[in-house]
Amino acid sequence: MRALDKKLFRDLWSLKGQVAAISFVLAAGVATYVMAASSLDSLRLTQSQLYAEFRFPDVFGNLKRAPVSLVQRIAAIPGIRDVEPRVVAPATVELEGYGFPVNGQAVALPHREPLLNLLHLRQGRLPEPTTDREVVVSDGFAMAHKLDTGTDLLVTIAGHQRRLTVVGVASTPEFIYQLAPGSVIPDFANYCILWMNPRPLEAAYNMTGAFNQVAARLERGASLKEVIDRLDDLLEPYGGLGAYGRKDQMSHRYLDNEFRELGEMATLFPLIFLSVAAFLLNVVLTRLMATQRGQIATLKAFGYPDSAIVFHFLKLTVLIVIAGLAMGIGAGTWLGMRLAEIYLDYFRFPYLHYAVRPGVVFYSFLFSVFSATAGTIFSVLRSARESPAVAMQPAAPGRYRISIFARLGVERWFSQPTRMIIRNLERRPLKSFFSIIGVAMSTGILVLGGFYRDAIDFMVFAQLRRAHIEDLAVTFVVPVSGRALGSLQSLPGVTYAEPTRSVAARLRFQHRTYRTSLQGMLPDGALRRLMDRNLHVIDLPADGIVMTDYLANILGAKPGDVITVELLEGNRAVRELPLAGVVGEYVGVNAYMRLDSLNRFLREGNVVTGAFLSADMQRESVINTKLQKMPAVAGTAARMRVLRNFYDTMAEQMLTFAFFNTILASTISVGVIYNMARITLSERARELASLRVLGYTRGEVSYILLGELALLVFLALPAGFGIGYLLAGVLASRAQTELFRVPLIINAGTYAFAALMVVTATALSALIVRRRIDHLDLVEVLKARE
Amino acid sequence: MGGMPVEAPATSIFTARGVTKIYDMGQVQVHALRGCDFDLYPGELIVLLGPSGSGKSTLFNILGGLDRASGGTVNFKDHDLTKATEKELTRYRREHVGFVFQFYNLIPSLTARENVAAVTEIASNPMRPEEALELVGLGDRLDHFPSQLSGGQQQRVAIARAIAKRPDVLLCDEPTGALDSETGIVVLEAIDRVNRELGSATALITHNVDIAHMADRVIHMTNGRVSSVEPNAHRVNPRELHW
Repeated sequence: MRALDKKLFRDLWSLKGQVAAISFVLAAGVATYVMAASSLDSLRLTQSQLYAEFRFPDVFGNLKRAPVSLVQRIAAIPGIRDVEPRVVAPATVELEGYGFPVNGQAVALPHREPLLNLLHLRQGRLPEPTTDREVVVSDGFAMAHKLDTGTDLLVTIAGHQRRLTVVGVASTPEFIYQLAPGSVIPDFANYCILWMNPRPLEAAYNMTGAFNQVAARLERGASLKEVIDRLDDLLEPYGGLGAYGRKDQMSHRYLDNEFRELGEMATLFPLIFLSVAAFLLNVVLTRLMATQRGQIATLKAFGYPDSAIVFHFLKLTVLIVIAGLAMGIGAGTWLGMRLAEIYLDYFRFPYLHYAVRPGVVFYSFLFSVFSATAGTIFSVLRSARESPAVAMQPAAPGRYRISIFARLGVERWFSQPTRMIIRNLERRPLKSFFSIIGVAMSTGILVLGGFYRDAIDFMVFAQLRRAHIEDLAVTFVVPVSGRALGSLQSLPGVTYAEPTRSVAARLRFQHRTYRTSLQGMLPDGALRRLMDRNLHVIDLPADGIVMTDYLANILGAKPGDVITVELLEGNRAVRELPLAGVVGEYVGVNAYMRLDSLNRFLREGNVVTGAFLSADMQRESVINTKLQKMPAVAGTAARMRVLRNFYDTMAEQMLTFAFFNTILASTISVGVIYNMARITLSERARELASLRVLGYTRGEVSYILLGELALLVFLALPAGFGIGYLLAGVLASRAQTELFRVPLIINAGTYAFAALMVVTATALSALIVRRRIDHLDLVEVLKARE
Repeated sequence: MGGMPVEAPATSIFTARGVTKIYDMGQVQVHALRGCDFDLYPGELIVLLGPSGSGKSTLFNILGGLDRASGGTVNFKDHDLTKATEKELTRYRREHVGFVFQFYNLIPSLTARENVAAVTEIASNPMRPEEALELVGLGDRLDHFPSQLSGGQQQRVAIARAIAKRPDVLLCDEPTGALDSETGIVVLEAIDRVNRELGSATALITHNVDIAHMADRVIHMTNGRVSSVEPNAHRVNPRELHW
């Protein structure tokens, strides 16, 4: 090994604490990048493989009921390659030993060899074509209840109860994300997909010779829009609810959303970490070169060219980068694998090939080398260019100025040590600024970690504790007379039933349209309330509609504008209705009007499609048993169970996220603060030791150094709160989708936690440095200059 | 103070007897002091002379409370420095000792006045910083930062800082080592003046033999021991020195 390289390793060793701190920050950046980028890669790749392998359709259409003969006309639409009709129906499943009814969707398997939506059988087989008694269940449901083939289920479809035997467990791209209608997150214990032979399902749902759902794959190069238009034309007479492409398919849409979030994670976080690492490298290398000024001069005097000096220090940088990269890629791969496991749980991928592509590693390398070099190159060049004669002189004492506090006249209240603190920060405004920003970044990331929890808490609070306050929600298979409410109300334990009606509708304002459901509600409903963003209840006007504020934005409409409402069911009436107000909802997009007005709009009498019940939930199982015996009842949902499932599912994810977030943010805190403290100590060891010789106690000397840190952190905290709020704002603004809107809500406790973590990191760094201050060599300072 | 008795009076400030100091350098032990006897009397100015490695800095560090002897006794008045704790040594330095370093060791972020104030703020009976700076002839440089002062001026600020607490002893380690002779003499004048006007017992380490002429006594050290003590019959004014 050459002498200069030996020096390199010894320098690294002597800086090991700081080198480690920087490597960790770098590693954190690389790890988040590798984790997010590799997951994104793997998911995208798996998704396209699955879509091709299991023939995920391009176009989907739901309708009320059409004869199978229509399929030939659909197949004739130019651009369509394969088309497959089927019957789907809401179902309720009773499982022995599980006290609650499970809502589900029964899907008829095709009569012939399937063309689309092939199943990936995880276990068992498909039902024998001749039997009516066999079913394949979704794997999430099977796993949640540890179901094996051979288990019997009591399945109710439109009031027809039938005992079916599970013969297979499957998944398919159509249901990668499985969401019960109206829910926010998957609930595998309480929602399932049932694939069964077409004959029994069609018979139970009164759909023999007919279909209510159609899917198609397109020819390469076919126009999606044209196919959708033609399909809509064909389906409309049969109660078509509007065809749509993949981007509006529930499962696909949620995946897309997840991909976007991963994409953001792959850029925003690494950017922050790598910038901080670049700054730290700059500070540490600048300091190293200042202490080695004489050595550099000597090397140059011996004939080493400038380039050798530059190369020498860049090698040091690159070694630190390589350490960070190695740790980052390792940790990122591990995290990516864990994330893939979470995805496999949450998204029902038939399989997921997790792999870190060489490209991801290459980019990690590129980004980190780039940021590290950008952070150090200028000070390395400056130092290498200094003339040896000048560099061999001892550095002149630092130039200080009277601080702004002196000019303001307040400095006379400060002791000399306090003046030293202030002047040191003032003398290097840029370094102080970046240190504050560094600590503020970590504070911001901690705030961001809490923000997710706060926002989700608020969404749940607003939606499930303020707006929806029923105990049970019941949906009917078909619209029924309002008199059905009487039989619900007379169930044992039910104290009150509130009617509701949901009708598919297309809303139009100017050139913009949106397809959603129009909900009929009681104007002064006790169990479902419409509220604005401030959680104030909105009154439903006798005439006109209200809608989710997000939907009003999509349509570009504001209260007072006239909306064209086109019903997609019943009499398919079209009316112009004023927009009376907007609802602050965080999940889904809906339009609402008074139930009586909606029924008049449909020219129907007292008709309902569902009811909200107030009930004694101690008697839930009795109520459920009775409800299932009613042929009209399609499904029920218990609010508290939805709530509990939500927190059960989210808790693990949020805890994991909060944990890693805290670790990552603390890495920055400790990295910045520890490095600041060490640099300041090394720059001022002589000064501090001199003061010790002059009779200052260890405590008094520590105050000068640690006071500076404390002041930096004190300034950084409010800045960090601001950064956290901004970051949360950025993420919240991106998380505004038709599926859900994340509100920008950060609780005081989140700020307090962030501050506590940063202060703890500071205290730990201070403790380490304090030990060094205690062991300052007093005799050494009397000797030569550094 | 010219009439300072040359023979030892009854009460010395420092009494060191048989002081040894061994540095454990891993595989070798360095005997820096091998039984050194030393006295310093109130108000006198002594010069410690000796080649590199003779132990003068080690003795100085022990007298200044920066280091502890390995053996023997070192008494400051009635305090036994060999038995003092780290805390007691800090208090000792704070209350009784003034230090002047070869490289000044001023705090660059503090002005001349503030550098002195840094010490007077923690002392029990200090003079005003301005007074101390006046005494070393820098009454017109109060608000200058170290970077705005010449080497000699910086060293005089350091002297002002050392004497502002009215120390019982003033320890100067090669105070002119980093200065040219002309500036060095100005600095020595300041030390001489402080010694005469404040009466702080002053010990000055140097390897410049010429400086010895300004002392009351000259102590030679060789090989970790005091090899000779020469009373100086005629204490020369620093202005008359040259090297």
